[in-house]
Amino acid sequence: MKRNRIALAGTALLAAGVMALAGCSAGGDAGNKGDETGASTGIVTVQSNEPQNPLLPAVTNEVGGGLVLQNIFAGLVYYEADGKLANDLAESIESDDNQNWTIKIKKDQEFSDGTPVTAESFVKAWQYAASDPGFENQWWFANFAGYNDGGDDPDNPAVVEDSLSLEVVDDTTFTVELAAPQSDFPTSLGYQVFAPLPESFFEDPETFGQNPIGNGPYKLEKWEHDAVISLVPNDKYDGPRKAQNGGVDLVTYGTADAAYADLLSDNLDVINPGVPPSALATYKDDLGDRAVDQPAAIWEGLTIPARLAHFGNDEEGNLRRQAISYAIDRDEITDVIFEGTRTPAVDYTSPVIAGWNDKIKGSEVTHADAAKAKELWAQADAISPWSGTFTIAYNADGGHQPWVDAVSNQIKNTLGIDAAGQSFPDLATLRAEIKNRTLNAATRSGWQFDYPGAYNILGALFITGAGSNDGDYSNPKYDELVQQGATAPTVEEGNKLFEQAQEVLFQDLPVLPLWYRSTNAGYSTAVDNVEYGWDSWPIIYKITKAE
Amino acid sequence: MTAYIIRRLLQAIPVFLGATFLIFSMVFLLPGDPILALFGDKTPTDAQYAALQAKFHLDQPFFTRYLIYLGDLFRGDLGTTFRGQSVNDILVAKFPTTLRLALLAIIIQLVFGVVVGLIAGLRKNSVFDYASMLLSLVLISMPVFVLAFIAQYFLALELGLFRATVGRGAPWADLMLPAIVLAALNFAYVVRLTRGSVIETRQQDFVRMAYGKGLPTSRVIPVHVLRNSMIPVTTNLAADFGILIVGATVTEGVFNVPGIGNELFKAINQHDGPEIVSIVTVLVVIYVMVNLVIDLLYGVLDPRIRYVR
Repeated sequence: MKRNRIALAGTALLAAGVMALAGCSAGGDAGNKGDETGASTGIVTVQSNEPQNPLLPAVTNEVGGGLVLQNIFAGLVYYEADGKLANDLAESIESDDNQNWTIKIKKDQEFSDGTPVTAESFVKAWQYAASDPGFENQWWFANFAGYNDGGDDPDNPAVVEDSLSLEVVDDTTFTVELAAPQSDFPTSLGYQVFAPLPESFFEDPETFGQNPIGNGPYKLEKWEHDAVISLVPNDKYDGPRKAQNGGVDLVTYGTADAAYADLLSDNLDVINPGVPPSALATYKDDLGDRAVDQPAAIWEGLTIPARLAHFGNDEEGNLRRQAISYAIDRDEITDVIFEGTRTPAVDYTSPVIAGWNDKIKGSEVTHADAAKAKELWAQADAISPWSGTFTIAYNADGGHQPWVDAVSNQIKNTLGIDAAGQSFPDLATLRAEIKNRTLNAATRSGWQFDYPGAYNILGALFITGAGSNDGDYSNPKYDELVQQGATAPTVEEGNKLFEQAQEVLFQDLPVLPLWYRSTNAGYSTAVDNVEYGWDSWPIIYKITKAE
Repeated sequence: MTAYIIRRLLQAIPVFLGATFLIFSMVFLLPGDPILALFGDKTPTDAQYAALQAKFHLDQPFFTRYLIYLGDLFRGDLGTTFRGQSVNDILVAKFPTTLRLALLAIIIQLVFGVVVGLIAGLRKNSVFDYASMLLSLVLISMPVFVLAFIAQYFLALELGLFRATVGRGAPWADLMLPAIVLAALNFAYVVRLTRGSVIETRQQDFVRMAYGKGLPTSRVIPVHVLRNSMIPVTTNLAADFGILIVGATVTEGVFNVPGIGNELFKAINQHDGPEIVSIVTVLVVIYVMVNLVIDLLYGVLDPRIRYVR
């Protein structure tokens, strides 16, 4: 402590001297700085990441680029802060059988370059995005009739133009044929990959990727790579997401700590995605009522693959899964380890997803019960005695060690068995092990929702053979229920079936639900009406900043 | 002299090849799959995976990849990051900021380090001398990130003397705080070197000669003592300049300086292999060059030092 004080005195002395010396040169810059931080022009500054290049709906799948696209494009629909679906450019999206959809768009819409937005702008953009399996977002079209899966040779995927069954009826109407009925099809359309594209894109995609022309509430004014992206209101946009501020500067930060320091000194208006771990304990005191703490659409669980010894698809394996779930005290871990930045999970979706229910049959396994855990474990031991160690694999660069250690200890103390974490250097290493199925341990599973619908996670994580089904779970009954839910006539009926599907999951417990993440963020004194959406992104068009 | 420079430049070639090979192999032989990491918890389809592998040449054997990389390098193409940006563009955009930051830090060191060192040397064993030694010791023993966070917290957030991070366009005023932090690290060495050198020079015959000629102290100290004390200080500063322009990674990260160090920091965080290798390669070249210039500087400052053959 003493040492630091002396150092401080030294630094202060040094600083004071330098300040005096630099007085003249600093004065020259101070004039510009006032304009740039923009307290008087109403330009909101938001923390962001440098987007991937090029900035195209077909390939952009990360948050830095996604946030830009969300604001410079207007698709058919958009999501309200709570995940509720609302029409943006769509007049109506209708179907009799959930398989053949007729989409009508509003008349007289324009891109920011003055060219019209027509049914064709959508159809051509979708055909383009679906043509090449090398595009990061091509999989969004997997349920469209005619979907190009790249052919039989995975090393040399085929590019097929105009593969989808889309038809332009007139300037404002087009039809979509799906491969199978899907009741939540309109819900998925809020993702940026479904944005319309102007003619200029098809002439030169490369140039367009650097300087995209959209039809959204903002247009891209300037992109200084790795520094700032300036968006200004697009006066051609005439939809429900009208910009309420004079523009937005999306500023790149190398570390969340640097952004947080700027937020505290009012040099930055909105942090995104959230406060750095170092400030989690203090941010509510620092920011007062400007602190944001709300559930996010991120679900986390613990996958126990059935190929692990003693955890097979039989009575023994099932008893052991239940026992382990009862042995984990989620309340304690979210409180103590995560300081309230996680909420204990009681289902396989998220509280911000429509149809969420905390009383699904079988969900009692998510509430800690040491006596029951011991009892079930003893029953399993009666079938076949336990041997070995229960290991949980995690990547060391993701801050997972504290909770893995805590879960291991809870299992160890409750069940009296050996339990330990197994650390891998980084996510790349761990994902390679998981993909090759060479891992003999339980692993963390996570899911960040692409759109606010239960099918998004239930279809991707637990269906037989699904891409992210890391535990190779397979239950025909579950598959059927999810399929029925996806093809139900309405979203509400679908959600009922999804709930039944989750009951099957709670019986089989291929993955134990652990917790939902929260959005922990905040904003400066200069802005008002700051909301974070269901996807944890700040809703930029609503933010107001006084002149 | 010319022969010496040519020999040094030729020596740089194996250093350059060795360094690129080492860095390249370390980054690319890392366990794990960078493509899978791009998708986080989700799994790409086989077609997607194959397409991305081909895009970054990850399906080629290691030596082929190294040769492809070297080939591109000699054509002046430093490659593309995983985010799709040209590394050439990144360097062009980032380097000026780092250079300005380094310059500022060097000037601060030079002005304060030399002045404090000179006074300490002239008033050996005075209170000022001991105070400057204490300050030097404290600064030397403090890790850079501690100093950076303390300076950011107290000078920027609490006192509001500076902006907490560097703003758009990196104006000189914003670079001041990170420059002070960077300067503080080497400040102590400059003070100690200047002090020792001044004490030594004052005892030289030519100084006594100058006094003997009847020159006033106001002329003897700056012209005869200080100038001749500057040789070790200059080489130290030049070496530090070399370190600073290849990036003050931690400091640039804390203050969000849009420079090379920050970029490298981000690239490492994102496991962006192509970017890491390219930036570090360029930094190696710069560092080799700066060292050559320093060695040549010796001869300029002190004619007694000559390079033959």
